[in-house]
Amino acid sequence: MLAIYKREMRSYFTSPVGYMFYAIFFAVSAFLFMTYTVQAGENSSFPSYFSVLLFLFIVIIPLITMKLVSEERKMKTDQLIMTAPVTLAGIVIGKYLAALTIFGSAFLVSSIVYYIPLALYGEPNTAMYAGCVIGVLLVGSAFISIGIFISSLTENQFISALGTICAIILLLFISSLNSYINNEFIRGILSGISITSRYAYFANGIFSYDALLYFLSLSAVFLFFTVRVFEKRRWAKS
Amino acid sequence: MIKVEHLTKKYGDRYAVNDISFEVEKGEIVGFLGPNGAGKSTTMNILTGYLSSTSGKAMIDGLDILEHPLEVKKKIGFLPEMPPLYLEMTVKEYLYFIYDLKRCSLNRKEHIEEICQVVKIEDVFDRMIKNLSKGYRQRVGIAGAIVGNPDVIIFDEPTNGLDPKQIIDIRNLIRELGKERTIILSTHILSEVKAVCDRILIINEGKIVANEKTENIESALRGNRRIVIRIDGPSASVLSSLKKINGVVYAEISQKFEDGSAVYIVESGNAVDVRKPIFYMLAQNSWPILSLEFAGANLEDIFISVVDEAEAEESAAKHGKTSA
Repeated sequence: MLAIYKREMRSYFTSPVGYMFYAIFFAVSAFLFMTYTVQAGENSSFPSYFSVLLFLFIVIIPLITMKLVSEERKMKTDQLIMTAPVTLAGIVIGKYLAALTIFGSAFLVSSIVYYIPLALYGEPNTAMYAGCVIGVLLVGSAFISIGIFISSLTENQFISALGTICAIILLLFISSLNSYINNEFIRGILSGISITSRYAYFANGIFSYDALLYFLSLSAVFLFFTVRVFEKRRWAKS
Repeated sequence: MIKVEHLTKKYGDRYAVNDISFEVEKGEIVGFLGPNGAGKSTTMNILTGYLSSTSGKAMIDGLDILEHPLEVKKKIGFLPEMPPLYLEMTVKEYLYFIYDLKRCSLNRKEHIEEICQVVKIEDVFDRMIKNLSKGYRQRVGIAGAIVGNPDVIIFDEPTNGLDPKQIIDIRNLIRELGKERTIILSTHILSEVKAVCDRILIINEGKIVANEKTENIESALRGNRRIVIRIDGPSASVLSSLKKINGVVYAEISQKFEDGSAVYIVESGNAVDVRKPIFYMLAQNSWPILSLEFAGANLEDIFISVVDEAEAEESAAKHGKTSA
């Protein structure tokens, strides 16, 4: 697992992907932060910065997950790692942690840096700020897990990225569909899988174990699915 | 060392591997021979745990690959048909990665250096794999397969796409490796198995159609021995005298030369050596022998006939069914 993790980390920085991710993330998040807090004057609010930041995931999460599995299949290097003494779970978790490290490091560094001007020139609610950071981190880790799963379904990086973009858009907007739907039952389902309503707990400074469990299990389920996809290919019937 | 029992892999209705069983002893080099799509790669992929079998068992050192995947995989080095290389890594990074992946406990630097010397890739050690030629890539793949000194090495078409010089190098390397390890390699090049392997398994349409020691395979599979002989003498009478020799079942003129000599092909029964009687007969008639050799190298013929026979049997069986 550690070998897989190390190789993925290195591969982010021997290709432009890692640098692109950091560049886009820092540029866009800094711009959003300025717009929603520093320049917003009276209406300044950091929770809205973090909420908007979630939409940046549509672009940046696929960037780091799209090739994680699909590239291995395309280059046939899956034959190396699947015949090595590593478990499938080890392979998938190694990859997941590598993507999480890239995302988490960028996000945590930016969150700490952005807190400094807030603390210098205002009185931010630190607990709420921390809640937002944890919430965004959890949402991001769930999306990475989904991205890895989609990447395992195809050999084509482009399709993998496109699929992940669609999945993230769907999950982010699903609860806003709710107001257009009359059927109580469908509304129940939609809010049941809604990411944003769970995130709202953290954004409001509430540490909700339900929401925490929801995000962790979302990650776990899609990592498990990815292992199953590997497994299925091994048992392939066609 | 390696034991395969009734291994079957089905893709839909098609059998990629159909009920094959064989054993490989420790230290043996075994060649899988067969036309493209015969099931060689599938068998190897099952042995290494990349694919699973539909039914049957594959065991290494008595351990089933499906039941003890991690232990078994530690014992195997595998070079797939297309070497699994990460193009954006340098050779050094790649081999270090495999070393970590296999969780080896040798001294990493020394071990990798030793491997690079063995497969002769020291001079590209710090280059990106992307920039290497096909021959070097293949060798890096082989290096990857032998990292960690596995007991069993499985090579899927190791000399595929190499130039003749590289092919000779790789064959020597495999023979060298085979001194201490058990090796299975696949190929559709007949001279290759003959040059490298102790034993040959011919696979066709997912079935083993022959399993023989390399030195026996020709006599075991082919009825007649064949001698190619060039004789200086009147061709018609030489030919008729050759045919009269006890043990000769067939003789023909294959080529005539202007100096009056001709090349004859003489076939005799499997266990009969007709070289001496031929010599005495020719000496009596004062027809000098200019050259004489066994035409035993005709593995191609054997291979084609074995494959054809298997196919003929199968179609006969099918016709039998339909007519019954």
